[in-house]
Amino acid sequence: MSNPTLERSETPGPGSRLPWHRNEDYRRIFSLLMVGLVVALMTGPSGNRDHPTDGITGSWFHPRVLVFLFAALVIGLLMTGYDRAKGAGRGNPLAPAIAPITAVRDRMTSQPLLRYGVYAAILAFAIFYPQTLSPFWQRVLVDQIGIYVLLALGLNIVVGLAGLLDLGYIAFFAIGSYTTAYFTGKLPVTPPFTLNPLEVVPIAILATLIAGVLLGGPTLRLRGDYLAIVTLGFGEIVRILAVNGDDFFGHNVTNGPRGAVGIPHPSVHAVGINYEWTLSSLPYYYLLLALVIVLLIAFNRLENSRVGRAWTAIREDEVAAAASGVPTVKYKLMAFAIGASTSGFAGVLYASKVGFISPDNYLLLFSILVVTMVIFGGMGSLPGVVLGAAVLQWLPQVLRGKVPPEDRYIYFGALLILMMIFRPQGLLPSRRRSRELKLSEEGIGGADSLGAAPGGAAS
Amino acid sequence: MCFTSQFWQLTVAGLAIGSLYALIALGYTLVYGVLQLINFAHSEVFMAGGFGGLFMVRRLLGDSAPSGAATVLITTAGILAGAAAGAATAFVLERTAYRPLRRRGAPRLAYLISAIGASLFLYNLAGKEFGRLAIPVPQIYESVTVFHIFSARVTTNQLVIAGAGLVMLVGLDRLVAKTRLGQGIRAVAQDAETASLMGVDINKVITLTFVIGGLLGGAAGFLYGLTFNVQYDMGFIPGVKAFTAAVLGGIGNVRGAVLGGLVLGLVENYGVACASSSYRDIIAFMILVLVLLVRPSGILGERLGRSA
Repeated sequence: MSNPTLERSETPGPGSRLPWHRNEDYRRIFSLLMVGLVVALMTGPSGNRDHPTDGITGSWFHPRVLVFLFAALVIGLLMTGYDRAKGAGRGNPLAPAIAPITAVRDRMTSQPLLRYGVYAAILAFAIFYPQTLSPFWQRVLVDQIGIYVLLALGLNIVVGLAGLLDLGYIAFFAIGSYTTAYFTGKLPVTPPFTLNPLEVVPIAILATLIAGVLLGGPTLRLRGDYLAIVTLGFGEIVRILAVNGDDFFGHNVTNGPRGAVGIPHPSVHAVGINYEWTLSSLPYYYLLLALVIVLLIAFNRLENSRVGRAWTAIREDEVAAAASGVPTVKYKLMAFAIGASTSGFAGVLYASKVGFISPDNYLLLFSILVVTMVIFGGMGSLPGVVLGAAVLQWLPQVLRGKVPPEDRYIYFGALLILMMIFRPQGLLPSRRRSRELKLSEEGIGGADSLGAAPGGAAS
Repeated sequence: MCFTSQFWQLTVAGLAIGSLYALIALGYTLVYGVLQLINFAHSEVFMAGGFGGLFMVRRLLGDSAPSGAATVLITTAGILAGAAAGAATAFVLERTAYRPLRRRGAPRLAYLISAIGASLFLYNLAGKEFGRLAIPVPQIYESVTVFHIFSARVTTNQLVIAGAGLVMLVGLDRLVAKTRLGQGIRAVAQDAETASLMGVDINKVITLTFVIGGLLGGAAGFLYGLTFNVQYDMGFIPGVKAFTAAVLGGIGNVRGAVLGGLVLGLVENYGVACASSSYRDIIAFMILVLVLLVRPSGILGERLGRSA
């Protein structure tokens, strides 16, 4: 709630009688200068254990800091000038740049021909463009982007549609992968029968579905932020069990930190088709592409169904939804289970593509990463989520060699904060979500199932 | 039972680590009280405290082992520096990751995400600046067995932790119960809108709540570093455990957080004696899940805005 009573009104611009340090223009320039200092630190040299101040002195007491400060000053002055020129109020300086994209999107809804044209163009691009890529980028496209697009699509149901924050999502991915390793006979415990990875898919989906229901059943009754921490705990439990599973009460179950090696590639031997996937990435890419398209269609239809509307109702106002007769726990559980099984499916594909899994593939960080993709792309918006996953997985590969790999998460964190401040609706938001956020800013509704914005009445 | 043989030893160790959990848990509980939000970045406040204290001790400590009075002074200075670093981090955190969102009236999910972003940013920045290896705090005093309780050894370290913890816990309890600021915190926790109508400056109260939480968390960071090490990602596990403690005692409840911290510390130590130390972290998560299932309001119940 942006309660006008709660926030001190801070009128911008000259002529206001506020002292200079409360003046919005000066405050903005000051905060931008601070940001400049932080960016200088982020991009500057690193320190180490014995010389912990090296990074700081090298960033702040070095002429290069002036570049950042100057840039901050220029940006601040430009923004102030933009506001003045536009008259009262603050606008989004990026609005003119985004306008053409939104215009196309708006027209797409009303003109089916244009819509199918755009879809066909994207599909053609998705089919033919990867052919021209180097093997490295083809591998990135599958191992990094494709798998995570799948994960993000699944989580979009949970976070984006039903508004439940799941921070242990990668656990289902892990369960899917370990199920694959088990049924292909690559874990120290022998399975009753060995299967081809593709045949593991239904089992993995079932297993993750059950895991999702088991976890969700009791916890989905909790308030939203408790759910976040419980799922986080669940994710860590699964990972720690995998790490310590080489001595599970005396039995080696998961092979511990060494993980499972040599998981076979999937193959099809049915109805006259004999096909085997190999080390090459491109065939996997087309498999993933087909899956993503199927999921996009399925999830789109789900979203516009009775179930999808129930999810949206829960996200917008759980109490109101329950009062209107929506069985909230049932639908939340359903969202959770669908998300979990998608994750498990992705886990099977990942395990058989890469052929090697270890608990390090299932860190909490990756759960956060997937949540970020959904938020970054635009919660509840299918094209947004795909774009978000693709951009965020592509970015680190571009930064490879330019930024130390461990430092990438600094940028990641900064991106999350900036995104929440300036564009909480994401890159390609769904129309409904944008409207919810706008209403929420005006103090109507809560915009997610976590309840009303803080600073207002106690929950 | 498996823990009876070493019962008193485990109890002493559990209470020592439990009082650290309690100090961190207070940060979660206070912020939850005024904002109804889990401050996901509080673990980084704790980490900042660890580094603040570490650098202060490094600066003060000469080559030779300090004498008795100097030991006390340096330890105190380390705790204060940790608290100051924690408070500064919490302050900046509130200004950058929370206030801009509050001014826009963002939904709660947005706060969680920006706090997660702040957490990622802070601990990786610390990793970049200070290296990613564990750094031991230079030895200020030799941790020896001071006395025995029921055959259990009590070491200097444990005494320092428990003593500093006790002072801060009592101080906070009095602050919330007696001072004008405490009254403001309770008023905002009870009903922010009405509090603002009664003349409480909500923004100031929220900032100060973050700062107080930061003081306690930062000091805890240094005390933790004394026994374990200081490292860029040291905040995560204690952070989740302290959150568990806050929920265990009843989130928003100051005394509940303390009780929750101590109980968690004890249960964790008994549990480790029964299973194995590699499952130490699972025990906390299991407790969290169980508490949320059986009694989501915690042992003492949620008490937003009541003095004790």
